[in-house]
Amino acid sequence: MCLAVPGRVISMAERDETLMAQVDFGGVTKDVCLQYIPDAAVGEYVVVHVGFAIQRLDEASAQETLANFEKLGILEEEFGDGFELAARQAGVDLPAQAYATSEGIS
Amino acid sequence: MAEATWIGPIPDPMPGPAPAAIDMDSWVCPAPLRDSPAIVMGHGGGGAMSAELIEHLFLPAFGSAAQAEMGDSAVVEVGGARLAFSTDSFVVKPMFFPGGSIGDLAVNGTVNDLAMAGAVPMVLSTAFILEEGTALSEIGKIAEAVGAAARTAGVKLVTGDTKVVDSGSGDGVYINTAGIGFIPDGVDIRPERAEPGDLVIVSGDIGVHGIAVMSCREGLEFGTTIASDCAALHGLVAAMLATGADLHVLRDPTRGGVAASLNEIAKSAKVGVTLVERDLPIPQTVRDACGLLGLDPLYVANEGKLLAIVSPEDAEQVLAAMRQHELGREARVIGACGTEHPGMLVTRTTLGGTRVVDLPIGEQLPRIC
Amino acid sequence: MKYLDEFSNPDLAKRLIEEIHAVTTRPWAIMEVCGGQTHSIIRHGIDQLLPDEIEMIHGPGCPVCVTPLEIIDRALAIAARPDVIFCSFGDMLRVPGSDRDLFRIKSEGGDVRVVYSPLDALKLARENPDREVVFFGIGFETTAPANAMTVYQAKRLGITNFSLLVSHVLVPPAVAAIMESPTCRVQAFLAAGHVCSVMGTHEYPPLTDKYKVPIVVTGFEPLDILEGIRRTVLQLESGRHELENAYPRAVVADGNQAAMQMLNDVFEVTDRAWRGIGMIPGSGWRLSHAYADFDAEKRFAVTDIHTEESSLCRSGEVLQGLIKPHECEAFGRECTPRNPLGATMVSSEGACAAYYLYRRLDMVQAVGG
Repeated sequence: MCLAVPGRVISMAERDETLMAQVDFGGVTKDVCLQYIPDAAVGEYVVVHVGFAIQRLDEASAQETLANFEKLGILEEEFGDGFELAARQAGVDLPAQAYATSEGIS
Repeated sequence: MAEATWIGPIPDPMPGPAPAAIDMDSWVCPAPLRDSPAIVMGHGGGGAMSAELIEHLFLPAFGSAAQAEMGDSAVVEVGGARLAFSTDSFVVKPMFFPGGSIGDLAVNGTVNDLAMAGAVPMVLSTAFILEEGTALSEIGKIAEAVGAAARTAGVKLVTGDTKVVDSGSGDGVYINTAGIGFIPDGVDIRPERAEPGDLVIVSGDIGVHGIAVMSCREGLEFGTTIASDCAALHGLVAAMLATGADLHVLRDPTRGGVAASLNEIAKSAKVGVTLVERDLPIPQTVRDACGLLGLDPLYVANEGKLLAIVSPEDAEQVLAAMRQHELGREARVIGACGTEHPGMLVTRTTLGGTRVVDLPIGEQLPRIC
Repeated sequence: MKYLDEFSNPDLAKRLIEEIHAVTTRPWAIMEVCGGQTHSIIRHGIDQLLPDEIEMIHGPGCPVCVTPLEIIDRALAIAARPDVIFCSFGDMLRVPGSDRDLFRIKSEGGDVRVVYSPLDALKLARENPDREVVFFGIGFETTAPANAMTVYQAKRLGITNFSLLVSHVLVPPAVAAIMESPTCRVQAFLAAGHVCSVMGTHEYPPLTDKYKVPIVVTGFEPLDILEGIRRTVLQLESGRHELENAYPRAVVADGNQAAMQMLNDVFEVTDRAWRGIGMIPGSGWRLSHAYADFDAEKRFAVTDIHTEESSLCRSGEVLQGLIKPHECEAFGRECTPRNPLGATMVSSEGACAAYYLYRRLDMVQAVGG
């Protein structure tokens, strides 16, 4: 139900009167049915689930969301290494030199 | 989570003829589904079901004839010399995939099993089971691949066998190879030797082979540049041994991936193994393919990579030697062994959380959910 | 993968986690509806990083977990037929029916094939005109458009040896049913992002109004989940109960009109029994009259199914968040990921399977391992 990933339309063609596309997911390409996003253009991003584009991916919206996350935690610099803090908060004992102790990671 | 830790009852082992050592969470009183009278595909997946088939069917049946061992190959003493002896069967479909074929796998698979015992591979047998109707041209290509792989690996093909089965009974070509190698003095490489404090090293990118094969499997095809990493690893192992380091464990993470191998080692040695997710060398293309199909790279097969477990004092020189070798350029530390959670593999996620990476049950399948 | 990997950024995740800690002052119980969200939470260890006050209740949003037992038994009966090629998503292969699963059918000679897309099944139908090809059409609203298009094409192209075994379930009625339960503890929902990509968000304000619960449309990557939780907590803390869209890059209020039109044409609403929960009126889709010829249930009138749920399995109560998995007597005993009695133990994002892994970790650590 849930596993859908964003990919970029690199070419489109009709097959059996159905709009199909080659979609690029970074390292892999796959045939995808574009019939539900009929006005998609080459170069656009779509969200793909089980071989079908079910929605456009709004690139501007994605950038904006990430920018909003960046704006959180303006006091970030005070806390030092993010990974360590998260680990500390999680109660996970992860030494800064992760492999230095003789007991290893514990 | 806001709740008490559950310490549940430790499940009882199945009543009946007691198998060899069982761990506490295995084989409870079988629910109706488990009472499968037949082999299912999961038994071949390299995960928990495969292990159970061996532990609960084959080993008890072999009885005292069996030298029960969980390593990739057996060590046999013959006239004062220690030999490694291993066998493997290859049933991969499709037979030809980007970067190789069943022929390459058949040679390198057994060569690597021997190498994981620290042995110098010497000779291989090759047994072919051919399905009636398979094109001779295909068999020819596979045979050439076998020959080429053997020459590259420096092993001799000394004996073999060929059988033909009815059309429909096989799957094109099945190959079994068995190999013998010589273990130099002082080399003692076994999963039980992993100790708390040891570091876990991987020789390079993971998930490559399995994705390459999946990319041309019917019903799942996708376009990619990924090619199998199939390769013989004994040269790399020799370079690592030449440093004088005492390698504790070597394992090539084939079926079931890094997850299966480290789970097995954790159980054999009774140590807890912890991986650090951000240190796992997963190529972007493998990540993307896994993202598309809903697979976890830790469970994807590798055919040209090894895991090494070494003491922290030896780690640096072993890494340096690996990186000098063409098959170990990207070698790095990905985790460590410890006293916590013995027998289990756990990952520190990039977010700082903890994730248990269990032994795969059967074969990993693409998912939609 | 672009527009995916960025949403796993650990530094940004840390900020979101800190924000959540900063704004949480009281205990809250939040249900994430979708199994993919559960998977992401577990895989990244997100629930461990949240404040103790926040309890994530894993919802029934995994079609694997809730597909009615009767339909699974029907699927098994159809798959066992020698004239049938039975195609399914990988997720369904290990789901237990009354006494078997698809893997077992395969082992008994059934032609069961995993596909990535229903279109692959249609392709098989064209390539095998002398066989019947059946596709197991499970899923939520996210997957329904794909199944709809496939059967629409089958009809248009006259591919008569293809049929669909439909078991679609709908999210909004499930949310309502959960809130109607007198023992309901859920105070807010993370709605399933990709369901809303298709259906839009208009179905949810009536639910927020009626039940006074915040509903936040949430994605699946770590940052998306954290943001969904953050916004939910802000609503809870300030006593609001509104619909919010925290996944705007993939969800618009009107959804995908073209898809919804097709859904309207191909499917019609029906009552559906959710495995473990029971009948929820108007919570499913079945093929409409116009497509009755392609309905596998009609084409293969399977009559002699005896459907019987394991008497021990309490997955329904787990799915509703009424009990925690370890509160079930069979948990870890008769029912484990290797011997699952119910679907919540099979699926990797099933609440019981997830608990099993992590409680084993706690158990091992508590016993001084």
